[in-house]
Formats: sequence, C-alpha cells, structure tokens
Amino acid sequence: MSTKIPYYPGCTLKSTAKNFEDTAKLVASKFDIEFEELAKWICCGAVYGLSSDNVMHKVAPVRNMLRVKKAGGERMVVLCSMCYNTLKRANLYVRKNKDKLDVINAIMYLENATYDGSVKVQHFLEILRDEVGYSNIKKEVKKPLKGLNVAAYYGCLLLRPKEVAIDNVESPTVMEDIVKLLGAKVVNLPVKTECCGSYQTVSQKDIIADRTYLILNTAREMGADVLITSCPLCHFNLDRRQDIAKERHHDFEFMPILYFTQLMALAFGFEEEKLGFEPHFVDPRPALKERGLL
Amino acid sequence: MAEKPRIGVFVCHCGLNIAGVVDVKRVAEEAKKLDGVVFSTTYVFMCSEPGQKVVENAIKEHKLNGVVIANCSPSLHEKTFRNAAARAGLNPYRVEIANIREQVSWPHEHEPEIATRKAIAVVRATVERVKNNMTYIPYEVPVTKAVLIIGGGIAGIQAALDVADAGYEVYLVEKSPTIGGKMLFLSETFPTLDCPQCIETPKMTDVSQHPNIHLMTYSEVESVEGYLGNFNVKIKRKASYVDFDKCTGCTDCLRVCPVKAPNEFDRGLTKRGAIYMANEQAVPLVAVVDEKYCIEVNFQKRVKAGKVKPREKPVCSKCVEVCEADAINLLESNEKIVEVKVGAIIVATGFELMDMKKLPEYGGGEVPDVIDALAFERLLAPSGPTAGVPKRPSDGKIPKSVVFVSCAGSRDPEHGVAYCSRVCCMYLAKQAMLYKHAVPDGRAYNFYIDIRSNGKGYEEFVQRVREEGDLIYLRGKVSKIFRKGDKVVVWGADTLTGQKVEIETDLVVLATAMVPPPEIKKLAAKLRIPTDEYGWLSEAHLKLRPLETVTAGIFIAGAAQFPKDITDTVSQASGAAAKVLTMFSQPKLKREPIVAEVDTEICAGCGLCKEQCAYDAIRIDEKKNISVVNEALCEGCGACAAVCPSGAMRLRNLTKKQVIEMIEVLTENY
Repeated sequence: MSTKIPYYPGCTLKSTAKNFEDTAKLVASKFDIEFEELAKWICCGAVYGLSSDNVMHKVAPVRNMLRVKKAGGERMVVLCSMCYNTLKRANLYVRKNKDKLDVINAIMYLENATYDGSVKVQHFLEILRDEVGYSNIKKEVKKPLKGLNVAAYYGCLLLRPKEVAIDNVESPTVMEDIVKLLGAKVVNLPVKTECCGSYQTVSQKDIIADRTYLILNTAREMGADVLITSCPLCHFNLDRRQDIAKERHHDFEFMPILYFTQLMALAFGFEEEKLGFEPHFVDPRPALKERGLL
Repeated sequence: MAEKPRIGVFVCHCGLNIAGVVDVKRVAEEAKKLDGVVFSTTYVFMCSEPGQKVVENAIKEHKLNGVVIANCSPSLHEKTFRNAAARAGLNPYRVEIANIREQVSWPHEHEPEIATRKAIAVVRATVERVKNNMTYIPYEVPVTKAVLIIGGGIAGIQAALDVADAGYEVYLVEKSPTIGGKMLFLSETFPTLDCPQCIETPKMTDVSQHPNIHLMTYSEVESVEGYLGNFNVKIKRKASYVDFDKCTGCTDCLRVCPVKAPNEFDRGLTKRGAIYMANEQAVPLVAVVDEKYCIEVNFQKRVKAGKVKPREKPVCSKCVEVCEADAINLLESNEKIVEVKVGAIIVATGFELMDMKKLPEYGGGEVPDVIDALAFERLLAPSGPTAGVPKRPSDGKIPKSVVFVSCAGSRDPEHGVAYCSRVCCMYLAKQAMLYKHAVPDGRAYNFYIDIRSNGKGYEEFVQRVREEGDLIYLRGKVSKIFRKGDKVVVWGADTLTGQKVEIETDLVVLATAMVPPPEIKKLAAKLRIPTDEYGWLSEAHLKLRPLETVTAGIFIAGAAQFPKDITDTVSQASGAAAKVLTMFSQPKLKREPIVAEVDTEICAGCGLCKEQCAYDAIRIDEKKNISVVNEALCEGCGACAAVCPSGAMRLRNLTKKQVIEMIEVLTENY
C-alpha cells in the first residue's frame, strides 16, 4: 500500500529544479510514497513577510494550506527550502495570531472554506528521517557511493528561525546521516549554515560569487568532491555563480553541486539518464565517473 | 472593627516619583471626604523619620483606629509604618498600604489625570479594607539553635565557620566527597592572585576541626519538614563503601584500582579510579567508591537483582586487599539516612557551567581543543594535570596561541541566558596573563563585548594585564569555531576596526555561561522555596532582602542566587550567617499573625485548599473532617482562601467581605 502525501512543488521545482522534483519522486517511490500534487497550487509567497501589521504577504501561503485542507489533506510535503520556510512560518503565524487568521480567512472568502492552522508542513528530509527511517533507507542502497567525499550544505531556510528548524540550528546532521547510509564519506563542512547570498544573485552577482568561493573553497579544503543541498536557490547560487567565483578568485576550483535526492537516487541504482545531470552548470558526471559511480 | 472607624490617610509624594504625576493634594482632599476618614495629609517622604512622626502624631492626636498609607509597594515599607503605628499605640495590623507608585504613578507616567483618579480609587478601596481590619498579635515559636548549610563551597564554608564560631551547631552537607567547591578548581584568583591553596584550604581545615561543625560530605538532603525555628531534615549519606572513620587517606587504594573514569576535578581532562579521592587537598581526606564505575559493586548489585549467580571470590577486590586500615567494604552499601533538627537553613549550592554541547557553533563537545574556562584553570594550576604549563587535550602540545571567547552563552537570550555571568571578563584577563607567564612566546587573543570589571581593584587589574601581558583584545563576538587539520579556526569580528577576523589557533577557551546546577529545582521543591526563570534561587526582595527566601528561616548565599565572584560570595555567606545568628539571639521567634484561618462551622474538609498550599501548611483533620492550618508554616499568600468554594478558609485582614467591598468601590463607576 502506498502512502499518498499531498505535495506542494513551488515554481522552481517545475523549472530550474525539475531534476530535484524528479529524483525526489524516484527516491519516494522506493518507500511506496506517492507525492500527490495539489490540484490548484499557487505561489508560496516567495519571501516570508516580516511586516507585523500587513497580512497580505501571508495570504498566498495560507491559501495553499487551505487548499490542502479542502482536499482532505492533513499535511503537505515540500522540497524547496524557500517554500518550506514561507509555508511553515505562515502556518505558525496564523496558529499564534487567531485575529490575523480571521482577517486572512475573510480575504479568502471565495474559497468558501476557512483555514484553522491544522495542516502540517513537512520537508521531505523530515519524512525520510522520521517516517521512512534510516534503516529502511540503508536497505535500498544498491550501489554504495564508495570513494565519494560529500559535504552537505544547509543554508538558512531549513533552520531559521529555530521555530521552523528541521534539525539542530547550529549543527544540523540529517543530510550527513543520509550520506553515510549511502556509503559515501562525509566531509565536515563548518560553513554548512553560512549564507549563500540569496536573492542578491539578481542584482549583485559578485556577492554570490564570493559566498560561493568561501563555501566551496572550505568544502574543497575539508576534502569534499561534491556538495549537496536541498535548496534550489542555494543550488543556483553555488552552481551557476562558479564562473564569476573563478574570475574573482584565481585559486578557485569548480565543484559539482547536487541535490541530496540525486545522490540518493544514484545509490538506489536508478539509471544515469533519470538523475537529471544535464542542467547543471558544473557537470557532476566526470567526478562521479572518475570514482566508478556512473 | 466594632468601634466607629477613625481612619487616617497619609499620601506620600515620594519626591517626584508620585507627586510628579499624581496630584497628591487632591488625593488627600478626596480621602478626607470619605466616610470614616477623620484625617488626611500629604508629606514629601512619608518613610523618612519626620514623615513617620507625622503618622505617629496623627494617630495619637486623632485617636485613629485605622491607617492607610498611600505610597510605594507594601514589600518596601509596610513594616516601616506598622512599626510606626505600634510606637503610637495602634495595633500594627490596622495599617494598610495603598500602592500608588508601582501601580499608579510609574505605569501612568504620561497621563496625570488618569493617574490621580486611579490613586483616589485605590485609596478609597484601601480605606474600605481597613475598616474591617482586626487586631492581631504576633505569636511566638521556639527555635532550635542549629543550622543546616547545604553546599560546601566557599559560601557554605564561610557561613558554617561564622555560625559555628558564634557557638551554634552547624550541619554542613556537601554532595561531593570534599568541601571546597568550584573555588578549589582555580589556579589563582583575581585580582589579588591568591591561590586557593593559600586562602581556601586553611578554611576547609578549620571546618573539619571545628567542634561545632558536623561535616557531612558525600551526602544529600533527602527531605525537609517543619517550619522556621523547627525544621526536621533527613540527610542521605550516599553509599561510599568506605568507612570515613577508619580511612587514613593513604592513597594506596587509588593506585591499584583498574577502572578509568573521567576525573571531575580536572573537568574530565584526566582519569581517576572507581575508588578515588576528590583531590590532594580533600577535606575530609578520605577515599570514596563511585558506585557507577566500581566493578565489584556493580557485580554485587547484579547478584542482588538475581541477574548473576554469586561467586565465592570477589570479581575485583584490589582496593580492599591493599587497605591496611580495613576501611573498605564493597559487599554492602553503607548508605544511610541521618535525621537532624535545625532552626534555620542556608542554601549555598553554587553554580555549574553551561554544557559546551549547547554551543555547537563554537565546536563545543566536538572539537577537542575547544575547552571551557574551568578546564583551562586546571591546565594553569600548578597542582593540575600539566603542572601549570597548559597542554592541549588533542595532542598534548603546548598551545602557541590561545583564543579566549567571552560571553559564550551569556548575554544571549537565544541560548536561554539573557544575563551576564559577571566573573568571566575578570578571569579571562587573569587566565590570559597566567598563560603568557607559562608560555612567554605564546599569543593570547580575547574576544569581548564589553569589559565588565566593576569591583575593587578589578579595572586596574584588567588594564595592567592587558598592557603588561601584551594581550590582544578584540571587541566583537565570535561567530564560528571549527577544526581544520590540527588547528582550530575562529571566525569573529573586530568592531573597533570594522574588520572580519579569522584566527588559526591551537586552543580555544570558552567562557561558558554560569548556570544553576541541574539538581537545584528538586532541592528547591523540597525546601519549598521558589526559583527564577533560569533556576537561580529567588530572594525575598532583590534589594532589601537579598539573603532571605520567601520561606521564613531559609536563607541563600553565594552563586545559588545568581553568578557571583568570590568576594561577593563570601560577603553574602557572612551576611546569611548573621541573619541566622539574629534569629538565634532571640529566645523565641515572632511570627506574623496575618495567616489563613478556617471557619470550622463551614468547612466541609474537601481538601482543595490543601492541594493549593505551596508551603504544606494545611492538613485535613480526618475525624472532624475539616482543614487545619499550621500557622507557623503558613506564609499568608491567600491561595487557599481564593480556592475555597464555601468561604470557610479566609486570610486574616483580607477576608472575602473585605475583597468584595474593595471591588465594589473600584467598580462603582462602571
């Protein structure tokens, strides 16, 4: 019997991070989990609004959760860190501020239903850790990733503020724990919660390039071959901005950036063409081939 | 009040504290119009001597039988004016306070008209209350002239010596095998650079030799019953498997024990056996067996539990074999409960350091060369594991550079510690100086937020060591610490230059926050004394009663109340001892009569009040099926009266009738 979980993709999972969605679904299928995509999902809000008196920024995330509830769902799984953060925080906000929830419900009158804060927002990593369980993940490993040194990078959105953190805020380990199960070697990355530069990537690419240099250079010094992440924005910044990092820092070396699900799917024995390596700016295939993993 | 009420109202200006907002003259005029009020006036400082005279004279002149003082919180001056009334011949319990400062002028600073109207209302309500106040006489309880002191650190030691020297018996209970506390860990003490061996161990010896002090180490308080002047205390002497009377402290047993356990005295930097002595200066100088680690003791426990069969020969009896004094018996636990009677209790349970694991951003518990400051004290101590020349835990090398991190956890609400730990700035300066003495070519960096050196000789000390010691002080917080090869990398900021700082160093010392010991909550519950949001013991009044708890007869000293240095701890310990001696100087103790009482005609013995009582002052008389209040235990909080469904339980001078009349006055315009 497969478990069906309402799934909220968000915009990037349908565009630049399509390979993240695809591989996540492959991984889930191994555990009989089916992502049931919401019929009418809209923007997550993109950035969590910090304004205390303007609830307009929270209408979009709350509307998504209301639609989960309307469809009979009690929870939703999210892949994108930004979506996770925005949805989860909006959810906490309306749970704590009933008066604001009333206002938002009034704005959403066309939905013909009211939201009550009941939907549980979960990141896929939480489901892997807490529901699937590490022992079951280990059982699915067909091709152990021997000889691959992996650094895990979290960024901020899965961890901050601490009320929404999926793991220890300062020293998260969930991705490292999974990497170990896959047979790869974990490299400690002291900068795993440093900022990737976020949306500065639009207007000030140099900032991102310097952050990328700091994070990837540290990973390199610690002995990493590849770096994994769960955030499409971090992925974009760390992958796509490596060319400017190279321009600005002559000692910089390119490093492939993977979604953790790509690495899992690889270890679970899925074929290369299903892993979505083509869109990567820094092609991960040479590094993987070198270690006999492709 | 059976006679006709003749009430006086005295409105205090409190300088401008009240009069700057509230129109005090108008309050007094309005008060005079009230039924039963025969006199009212204002005065600039009612609590001053001439102010009290105003009250006394008015009582005599106008034959007052009730007094309302409109001023500050009753916790500040209720006693002052009750004493004044007594001097003028009025029963002190006919005096009540109308708080128009903390509850009126301060919160309504910017709305004088509202404040004045509220002050009038509060005064009117209090007048209604006083009309029904009764005359009560304090009653007396006998006092057992012995004191229990919990905690044998420098606070407990000082208090014990002071009380014992005055000729009274002291029971000094310490949970670890030696007295001396955290001070004994230290290399040297700021700002005088005395070593604890020079200034603390003589006091420890005095304790052990004092005829009035019963020293109970390796012991814990099991239960406390009774009340002010008459506490019955059960003390558990933990199983040590060593007869302290026989043990000579020869250390033969320590050498043969095959077990390796972390040595608490060296913060786990070294190992000790299962049988061990706390340290070389331990008082009493005896060995104890740590149940958790001893092979034989654990075997015997499993035998008793029926998990394994008994053996003819012991599994391990090395210590027993070498003990010439025949002091060790591993086969039988020597745990026992001792009962003592005392009249007062001083709690001096000290502090712990925040677990470094709570600071993963600083590599706490992960990086071996990130240590806390007490561990570094041991590395600097001549009697420590490295004989005073620090060597780092990972590889035993002498660190050529050390980064000291202030406020590691302190002043950081995100880590649950919003307060300043108060001693770190000072000891880090001292540690950096001692490090430079031991390793002259080493570099010492100190990250700080502010330097807090507010004690006698403190600022001079910090300035001197900074200049003479060639120390690098960097004003800014450290953001991250991690291991890189055999180095430790520290990321921080220097806010004076506005630069980011990255230092590759050999060793990092974290000034972790001082936090209450984890067991304190349980102990506080046994003693029925409150703790604050962090777990520090709460004083009765932060400014005016800092040594007392709200439970009469129980006092606090040292860091159990809040982080303190040795100077403050010793002062407070002597202060707490003086409080106890004041108690003991009286043949009988006076108790406040404003306590709960039961109307036995109404009480149905439902027991709701008993459940509410935080002081265990209520019992149910099964025969008569009514509640009975132990007046000596009752602190007059009123919780029982509030919960009583029938109104049988009432608080003297704050009866239901009085409360309802006050509410009626306050709400008549609504």
